[in-house]
Formats: sequence, C-alpha cells, structure tokens
Amino acid sequence: MRFLSNFVNGLGLGSVYAIIALGYTMVYGIAKMLNFAHGDVIMVGAYVAFFALTRFHVPLIPGILAAVICCTVLGVVIERLAYKPLRQASSLSVLITAIGVSYFLQNSAQLLWSASPKMFPSIISTGALEFGGLSISYLTLITIATCLVVMVCLTLFINKTKTGSAMRACSEDKGAATLMGINVNKIISITFAIGSGLAAIASVLLCANYPTVTPTLGSMPGIKAFTAAVFGGIGSIPGALLGGLLLGIIEILSKAYISTNLSDVIVFGVLIVILLVKPTGLLGKNIREKV
Amino acid sequence: MKEKKSIFGILMDNRHRSRTISYTMVAVAYIVLEILLKTGNLSSLFTGLLVPATCYLVAAIGLNLNVGVSGELNLGQAGFMAVGAFSGVCVSGLLKASVPAIPRLILAIIVGMLLTAFVGFLIGIPVLKLQGDYLAIVTLAFGQIVMNLIMNLYVAFDSTGLKVAFVENNFELQPGGKYLINGPMGATGTERIANFTAGTILVVFALIVVYNLIYSRNGRAIMAARDNRIAAESIGINIAKTKMMAFVVSAALAGAAGALYGLNYSTMVASKFDYNTSILILVYVVLGGLGNINGTLISTVVLFLLPQLLRGLQDYRMLIYAVILIVIMLVTNNEFLRTKASAFRRKKKA
Repeated sequence: MRFLSNFVNGLGLGSVYAIIALGYTMVYGIAKMLNFAHGDVIMVGAYVAFFALTRFHVPLIPGILAAVICCTVLGVVIERLAYKPLRQASSLSVLITAIGVSYFLQNSAQLLWSASPKMFPSIISTGALEFGGLSISYLTLITIATCLVVMVCLTLFINKTKTGSAMRACSEDKGAATLMGINVNKIISITFAIGSGLAAIASVLLCANYPTVTPTLGSMPGIKAFTAAVFGGIGSIPGALLGGLLLGIIEILSKAYISTNLSDVIVFGVLIVILLVKPTGLLGKNIREKV
Repeated sequence: MKEKKSIFGILMDNRHRSRTISYTMVAVAYIVLEILLKTGNLSSLFTGLLVPATCYLVAAIGLNLNVGVSGELNLGQAGFMAVGAFSGVCVSGLLKASVPAIPRLILAIIVGMLLTAFVGFLIGIPVLKLQGDYLAIVTLAFGQIVMNLIMNLYVAFDSTGLKVAFVENNFELQPGGKYLINGPMGATGTERIANFTAGTILVVFALIVVYNLIYSRNGRAIMAARDNRIAAESIGINIAKTKMMAFVVSAALAGAAGALYGLNYSTMVASKFDYNTSILILVYVVLGGLGNINGTLISTVVLFLLPQLLRGLQDYRMLIYAVILIVIMLVTNNEFLRTKASAFRRKKKA
C-alpha cells in the first residue's frame, strides 16, 4: 500500500514535470533551441498567480487564467525580442541568449518582488480520497487529471487542426514548410505561446504542491523537466509525457526507499543509462547520418 | 630560399601570434597587479578577486578546448572543479602538519588535477558516445551527480587514520580529529594557501598545455573530428581517442583550477559548483569566441569583473549583466553589422 501511495505521488510530481517538459520539447522540436529561460517563465507565472490570489483576491480560475495570459504574452515577447533576431545564428549563441534571458527574469523578479520567499495560499482542499487503505490527496488527483487533459488537448491540437499540422511541417523541414505557404515565424511564436501558457499551468500546480514562491523557484524544476524531455526523446510530445511521469516516479520512489539526499543522483543516473541504451531518448526518432 | 626572420617576426607569425599575445597579456597583467598589490594600491575587494579570477581563467581555457576546439558542448565543467577543489582541500588538510605551504599547494593542485583527469576519463567513456544536445544534457547530469555525491561525502582524520563515509557519518573521532569534508557543510577550516602568483603560474601552465595540444598533430586531429566527423574518420583519425583527449585535458585543467579555488577559501560548499557555475564558465568561453584562447582570457576577466564593477548600481547589477549578455549576442549576430564589419576589414587589408 505504501508503495502504491508513493507511486501515485510520483505520478503527481511527474505530471507537473510532464507539463513543463512539453514546453521544452515543443520549442526544441520547432525552433531547435534549448530554451533555458523556460524555468523562469514558470517562476513569473507563480508570482502572477500568487499576487492575483492573495493581493487582488481573484477567484481561483480567473487567477490561473491571469497567470496563463501573462506567461503567454511574456513567452511571445521574449521570442520576438531575444530569439527571433538569432534565427540564423549558431545554436550556442541562442543558448547564451536564453541564459541571459533567464538571468534577466530572475533578477527582475528579485528587484520587483524581493528575494524573500512568499507562501502560496492553499488553493485546493486538503482532503484525500480513501479507498481500501490507500489515501490519495485531491491535489495529486487534480494534478494528474490536469496533465491528462493538457496532453489530450495538445495532441488533438497538433494532429487535427491546421495550425497543428503547420507546426508538424515546421518541425520536419522549415524550408519546405515556407514553400508550402506556412508563415514559419508565426508558427514559432505560437509554439512559444503554447509552451509558456503550459508553464503557467505547471507553475500553479507546482506551487500548490510546494507552496514557497522565490525568484529561483523555476530553475530546478526547469532542469528536471528538461531532463524529462530528453529522457522521452526531445522533440516528441508523447515522449515528454512519458519522460515526465517516469522522472517523477523515480524521484519519489528513490526518496522513499533509498535516500532523500541521493534522489537527484538517481534521477540523473537513470537519464544517463537510458541515453546510453537509446541515444535519442525513449521515444526519440533515430536520425541516420548520411555520408 | 628561406627568408630569415627577426625574433619579433617569428613571435608574430601566424602560428605563434596568438600564443605571444596570450603570454604577453598574462605577463603584463601579472606585473601591473603585483606592483599595485605591493604598493597597496589595490582595494581589498579586488585583492580578494585575483585568485578566483585565475581559477575561472584556467577552467575557461580548459572548457574552450572542449567546446571550441573539440566542438562538444559541456555543461558540467563545475563538477570537475568540485572534484579538484575537494580533493585538493583533503590533500592540504592531511599534510598540514608535515609539509610547508608552497609544496603543499603544488601537491594539492597536482593531486586535484590527476584525480579529476581520471574522473573525466571515466565520465568521458559514456558521454562521448553521444552527440550534440544529448551530450550536453549528459554532461549537465554528470555535473549535478558529482555535486550531489560530494554533498553526501564525509571525510575525516584523527590519530587512528583517515575515515571516509557516505550519506551517513557515524565515525567517532579521537580527540584532535578533524573533518576534511563534512557532507553538505562542505570543507571548513581550510588553511588559505592559494595566492595570486600560484594562480598566474597555473594560467600559464594551462596556456602552455592547450597551445601545445592545439598546434600538435593530435590538436589538428581534434579539430578535424569537430569539423567533419565522417571525413576525419575516413582518413584514419580515431575519433573516440581524440575527443577523449580534449575532454580529459579540459577536465584536468578544471580540476587544477578547482584545487586552487578550494584552497583560497576557509569554507567551501559543494553546492557552489552547481550547473549555474558551469553555465557561467560556458558564457565566458562563448563570448570570448569558440576556439579563441585570447578571446577567452579577455572575456573571462571582463565578465568576471563586470558584476563587481557594477557594484555601485547595487541591486541592478545582475540585471544589467543579463542585459549586456543579451545585447552582445544580438549585436554580434546582427546581419547588418556583420556585413559592415567584414567590409571594413576588407577595406583595411586592401
């Protein structure tokens, strides 16, 4: 029973990682860049939700919506100002710019809202669902359900809509997509918008589970989710879900059964082992290099 | 007939020019700073920054070998620095009673360097099987693993000998015993034996190693493997060996830098060497120019000092640092300015 409840908790944490990882994986799939600032967009989302809920006493759903809208706008603005001029530049230049944006967001947050941690209000009733000795908190259930809903919506969007197929076209071949009349710049902006919106949802779930808001809140979950995205095969949307869930489960189980201090070692260790067996991640496509 | 060149001509020909410039820059900087130090014209803030600056220089020169010359993005350089720092601190702590400061410092740096080279070799075996972004994330993972392992490491010694424990420390120390590494608290009570002269010598050592490697047969093989893996393989270059060579040398230099860094502070925690530090060093290397050692020297010093120079702006300094970083990237990659710059260069040559 204890194992099962740990497992469910792992699924809960993994769902948060999965939603963040979706942002990484979509941006990588289309813009071919590692967006190091993604974790900090999560942090901004957390602050917006925090202020909406505590200072302006907005109800929960509009509060989350405010965070989503702010993050979406932020994501698009970052892309326009910092990444778009570097479309033709080397991937390392883009990486450094992303790091610069990450520093910028963290330090802006520190200036605007101070470095002292803020307590996120408990937004979801603390009760738990009990059956047969197993108790699962509502919070965990809602987290997992949100992740599933997000996944289903995103998969439908990518596979069934015109914009979605344009996104798939861009991720396969930008040049050919342009020839087909797709506005690649617009698609990249949409990708950033979606990824950042998802980051806002993840931020609320993250803060509901771990209720301290600080300017560096996003960096560790960001790195973990990035790991999850690589784990599942970066660029693949089901891969991000699988990677996120697995990472969450491994983290919680190793905390419960092996050692709290060593959970990060185990998480990153498993990543390395997986990449050695499958060098492009669990669901990643193998690209053969042609001579 | 071979044209005879003056010594200056030899020093400034294409093959030697960048070395000459590097050594000159280091020598001039050292002499100027030493004079300022001896005459007491350097503020205590800057005096405190000298040794860390040389440490970052050595680590960045090493990382440039890996990222610039060998072309593999490494996000775990701080992990190697951590190995060097804590092994160096242990060596120095153990030999405190028996060896005077200067030989002890040299010994600590050598041990830190060799141990890190070995760790780099072990990590390199799996890492170098991967490519591109996957390689980058695995180096990041290894950096975090190394940091977390050191945070759970307990090393102590007393009259009965050296004790090492992992995760839980349950040793009972004899009176007079001392912790060298105390888990998450890190190394405490280290004697500060690092100094600026030692740091400068280490920078020169790193320059000699890297330049001799770059201009050797092996160096050309490393660059060939970077530029075109398949073509390099087809002319008989052992890709695994050349990449490993760059990786291990880079790790060893980071280890030496770490040892010096660790011996410059009386307390040192492993969490100092997280991925943010790795990224910081990577920023130095990329802004200096990939594969360009002189660029690395200049950008490391400038970017390391920039937050300190902006200290007057207090809370805004890191914000301005971030903006400068972004603006530099946008300007250096701007199509319009690039064409202008190359046109200017052509004009100058003509």
